[in-house]
Amino acid sequence: MPKLLPLLEHVVKKPIWDCRMCGQCVLHSTGMTCPMTCPKTLRNGPCGGVRPDGNCEVVPEMPCVWVKAHDRSQHMPLIPKKWRDEFNHLRPPVNNALQGESSWINLINGKDQQTPAGWVPGEERHEH
Amino acid sequence: MSTEPSNNDSHSINVFEELCLSRARPVMTAELRSFDGENLAVVEKELTELTPYIDGINITDNPAAHAHASNTAMAIAVKTLGGNPIMQIVCRDKNRLAIQADLVGAGMFGVENFCALTGDDVTAGDEKEARRVFDLDGPQLVSVMTGISQGSYLSGRKLKSEPHMFIGAVENPTAPPLDYRVDRALKKVDAGAKFIQLQICYQPEKLEHFIRGCVLNGVAERAALLPTVVFTKSARPLGFMDTSVPGISVPKAVIDRVANSEDQAEESYQLVKEQVIYALGLPGVAGIHFSDFRHDGSLQRMLQELGLGPKGHDRQPKEDKNAYSH
Repeated sequence: MPKLLPLLEHVVKKPIWDCRMCGQCVLHSTGMTCPMTCPKTLRNGPCGGVRPDGNCEVVPEMPCVWVKAHDRSQHMPLIPKKWRDEFNHLRPPVNNALQGESSWINLINGKDQQTPAGWVPGEERHEH
Repeated sequence: MSTEPSNNDSHSINVFEELCLSRARPVMTAELRSFDGENLAVVEKELTELTPYIDGINITDNPAAHAHASNTAMAIAVKTLGGNPIMQIVCRDKNRLAIQADLVGAGMFGVENFCALTGDDVTAGDEKEARRVFDLDGPQLVSVMTGISQGSYLSGRKLKSEPHMFIGAVENPTAPPLDYRVDRALKKVDAGAKFIQLQICYQPEKLEHFIRGCVLNGVAERAALLPTVVFTKSARPLGFMDTSVPGISVPKAVIDRVANSEDQAEESYQLVKEQVIYALGLPGVAGIHFSDFRHDGSLQRMLQELGLGPKGHDRQPKEDKNAYSH
């Protein structure tokens, strides 16, 4: 089962979200747009290199992942307000040890919520 | 003037920090050019020319993804030579271990000001085949800096003392999604940024839109906003920035204005002067960050003409100096 679930998750999420199996899924808070598909793998919004047409600095023919994420997080139907608000939260650095693991299992066992002991969370904001 | 508490007995007054917090007068920062194996006497000469006019000097970190003498080495050199370095750190080249090591190491030499950037991608540079790191992103790096200033590595392991640090970041008022940029600035301020240097902006309406948003969401009060201007000698670098520098667009009208003038160097200078006067007039702007492709004394000339330098002579406090002070 532990080996089967990552495979199942990959089969489901790869075609829809181009999932990279980071093992700590934040899709719900990023407008159902995977931040690991950003060439810089940024977890906290778009870099300053976004082109005037909204495309990626690194891959000019690709729309910026975070421009898409921002748009979707605000406008996509059926997304709960709580998830929309989470867009602006400070997401911690990626735990590279979880790469390839099932984020579904890590959600249940809480591993995807664990942060390094010295991590200073940003002041949480709930407006918007 | 307020002073942050420090555990470092040898801590001397950090003018850049004092001004960002007090807003007693406009803060002026400039970028030190990159060095490629030159003698430190050259660094000292260039630093000495700038120091009387500015409050902090940015030490870049492999700008535009080109390797140069390292940010840490140059920040330490500038500190040793009597300057007040603002050490930029990008996320592109080093993982979290290396970045924390640089922060703590530079701190031991008295470097106090740190500026977190995501960094241009490796594809912007001359070694496009390099591995991009981005183990941290910009807002995460600000938070890691805050942790170290509180005496702890990201792992939770304690430092022997809490280094005195003044932490900042950057933001680009002209990059999409425009309305989100103020939220991203707020995210960095929430993570501990006390100053934000802004990307070069040739569209005043976008700068104003961003600054107004930062006044409304409190960023302008909690962090010193420093728009960037850049000295060029002609229209050619403006065109280069427009086509080749990620995140900067220069309207054709601006390029044409300089290109069609009789004296391109003077017209470029006047363009920057207008930008500085405009930016300093926006409520919420705490000062200016200068980037310089000319190196012909334009910065000194401008600050003299605007009555803002050299320090200790004719610098006047801003009229609305209390509007955004703490």
